[in-house]
Amino acid sequence: MKHTIRQIFRSGKFVVGFSIFVTILLIVIVYPLIITGEPLGIIGQGTFFPPGIYVSVYDSIGSPSYTLFLDDAAAKRIASKLSNDDRLAMKDWLIADGVPENQIDITDTEKLLDLWEKEYDPDKGLPGMTFAKQRYYQRLNDSLEGLLSTEAAIIAAKNAETGVLEETGVVKQSDYVNVGEVASVRVLPFGTDNFGRDVLTELVAATGVSLQIGLVAGLIATLIGLTLGLLAGYVGGLMDDVIVFITNLFLVIPTFVLLILISFSIGQEQRGPFVIAVVIGFTAWPWTARAVRAQVISLRNRDHVNLSKLSGHSIAHIILTDILPYIASYVIMALILQISLGILQEAALSILGLGPKTTEDPTLGLMMQWAMIYQAHILGKWWAYFPPLLTIALITFSMNLMNTGLDQVFNPALRD
Amino acid sequence: MPDDKKSCLSGSGLTKIFGLGRQKTVAVDHVDFNFYEGEIVSIVGESGSGKTTLAKMLLGLINPTEGEVYFQGQKRDISNQKKKKEYWKSIQAIFQDPYSSYNIFNKIDAVLLDCINMRGGRNLPHAKKVELMTEACSFVSLKFEELTNKYPFELSGGQMQRLMIARIFLLKPKILLADEPTSMIDACSRATILGMLMNLVLETGMTLIFITHDLGLAYYVSDTIYIMERGKFVESGSPDEVILQPKEAYTRRLISDVPKIHEEWDLSTV
Repeated sequence: MKHTIRQIFRSGKFVVGFSIFVTILLIVIVYPLIITGEPLGIIGQGTFFPPGIYVSVYDSIGSPSYTLFLDDAAAKRIASKLSNDDRLAMKDWLIADGVPENQIDITDTEKLLDLWEKEYDPDKGLPGMTFAKQRYYQRLNDSLEGLLSTEAAIIAAKNAETGVLEETGVVKQSDYVNVGEVASVRVLPFGTDNFGRDVLTELVAATGVSLQIGLVAGLIATLIGLTLGLLAGYVGGLMDDVIVFITNLFLVIPTFVLLILISFSIGQEQRGPFVIAVVIGFTAWPWTARAVRAQVISLRNRDHVNLSKLSGHSIAHIILTDILPYIASYVIMALILQISLGILQEAALSILGLGPKTTEDPTLGLMMQWAMIYQAHILGKWWAYFPPLLTIALITFSMNLMNTGLDQVFNPALRD
Repeated sequence: MPDDKKSCLSGSGLTKIFGLGRQKTVAVDHVDFNFYEGEIVSIVGESGSGKTTLAKMLLGLINPTEGEVYFQGQKRDISNQKKKKEYWKSIQAIFQDPYSSYNIFNKIDAVLLDCINMRGGRNLPHAKKVELMTEACSFVSLKFEELTNKYPFELSGGQMQRLMIARIFLLKPKILLADEPTSMIDACSRATILGMLMNLVLETGMTLIFITHDLGLAYYVSDTIYIMERGKFVESGSPDEVILQPKEAYTRRLISDVPKIHEEWDLSTV
C-alpha cells in the first residue's frame, strides 16, 4: 500500500495534475476565510466593471495630498480623454466641413482643439452623416471642454441651511494621493459581472459548489455502476441479462438528452445544486457498470476465487474480498473521471438554463450562463466568462492528468 | 475392480459444452467413470483434452451441460449455497498455478484460519488455532512463526504449493482433486512436494484424483489410470494394464512421448 502510494507520486503526470487540483481546492477553502462576505452580494451599480483597483473618489479628497510635478501628467490626461480614434473622427468632421486637409495636424493637440472650437457647430448636420454619428460628435465636444485648462478644480459643498454652494477645497493638477492612505480601496481582479457582483469572490464560491456537484455525482454514478457491475459480472445468468439490458437501455439514449429531459421535468423551483448532482449521477453510471462487469468476468474464474469458493465463503464475502480489491484501482480511476464529467455536465446543463436555480448558489456553469445572457462575449467583457471557463478547463485537465498518471502506475504496459 | 470397494465419486454421461452453434467447443464429451474410496486415480491427457474442465465439474465450480455426478452413491445435490458448502467439506482441490491460487490481499494466516473455521473450529481458543496451524505447517516443513503476517506473494512457488497441502491437511476432505499440482514447480522441489502429498493421502486414506500430463508420474503413484483424449476417456485400468499393454494408439503415443533420460531424443520424428 505504502509502496503503491510512493509509486503514484513518482508519476510526473499525476503529480502535476494533483498539484493543480490541490491548489484549486486550497483556494476554495482558504479564500472565504480571508475575504468574508456574501459571494453573491451585489457591490456595483451597473454591469461589467472592468478588472482593476477601485479607489474611492470621496475618500481621495479627504486623504492627505502630495504635490508631484510630473512632465507627462498633462499629456497622459489628454490622451486618456482624447484617443487616436477621436482625433481621426475630428479630422473627418473638419474635412467634411471644408477645412483643407493640409491644415489639420492631429498630433498637435493644442492646434487641433483650437481649430475644432472655431469650426465645430453641434447643430450642423453634414451631408451623409447619421443621427448616431451626430450624437457621437456632440458627446465628444462636451468631453473636450476644459481639457487644456490648467486651472485647479474647486470642490464645493452645499450648505445645509442656506442651500448655497460653499468652497471647501481646491484640487490642483499636481495634487496626488497615496493609494495606501485612501480609506476605501477595493481590488477587483476580475471586475464585476452583469449584476455588479465581484467576479473573483463569486468564482471561488462557484468552484466550491461545482466541485461538490462533481463529487456527489461521481460518487453516486460510481456506486451504482460498481454495484450493478459486480452483481452482473459475478452472479451472471439472469441477473447479468437484466442488468446488461438496463445498462444498454441507458447507453442507447444519449446521456445528455436524458439529463435535459429529467432536469426540465423537475422544474425550476426544485432544482438545487444537490438535485442536479443526483440527476447527473443517476444518468452517468452505465459505462462504469459495463467496465466493472467486464473486469469482474475476467476475475471470477481465477483460481483464487475458486479457492475462496472451496473455502466455503459466501458470495458477498467473495465479491468484497476476492474481487473488489483487485478492481479497486480501476474503480478509483473511474471515480476521478466521473467527478470531472459531473462538473462538465453541470456546466453544459447550466448553459442551457437547466442547471441549479439561479438565485442561491453560484456554479461555474451558471456564471457562464449569466455572462452569455448579458452578452458579455459580444461586448468583449472577457472577465465575466473567461475565469469560470478556465477554472472548468483546469479542474478537468488536472483530473484527467491524475487519471493518466494512475493508469500508468496500475497498468505497467503503459509506462514510458 | 474389486466389488467390495465403495463408490466414492462417479459420473454418467458427464458433458460440458462451451459456446453455442458453430462456436461451440465440446470440452468434456459424455464420460462415465467410477472412483472408489481410498483409491488414487490418475487422469492423464495432453493440454486441451478437458482434464481441468472435468475437474471443475467434479468440484462443482461449473455446472455440467449434461449428465450426473454421484457422490457416495447418491445423486450430488449442490443446488444452493448451503449444500455446496457442505459438499466442499468433502471435496477439496490443489490447483496448478500456486501464484494465482492465493488472494494477494489476504495474509497467509487468513488462508489457514479459513480451513479451521470450515472444519467447525470457529470458536476454538486462539492458542488452539495457532497450534493447529503450526502442526499443519510443520507437516509440509514450513515454520508457521515465519509465515504469520506474511502475504502469499512473499513466498516461493514451492512454498506456496506446500502451503496448499497444509490447507488440505487442516481440511481433511474425503476426496482431494490435485490438478497438475507440480507442473509449475522445478524438478527438485517436485519430488518433495509429491512426497508430502502422498504421505497425506496415505495417512488420511482420502481418495486422490490426480490430474497430470505426465504418464510416468501417473504410473508411479496411481491405482487406476484414465487416459483422456478430446474430452473422452479412451482407456482406463490399472497402471500395468494401461502402460504395459496399451490398447489405444493415443496411449501408445503418450507413452512414447515420455522422455527417457538415458536415451537420445530422436528429433526427426517430431
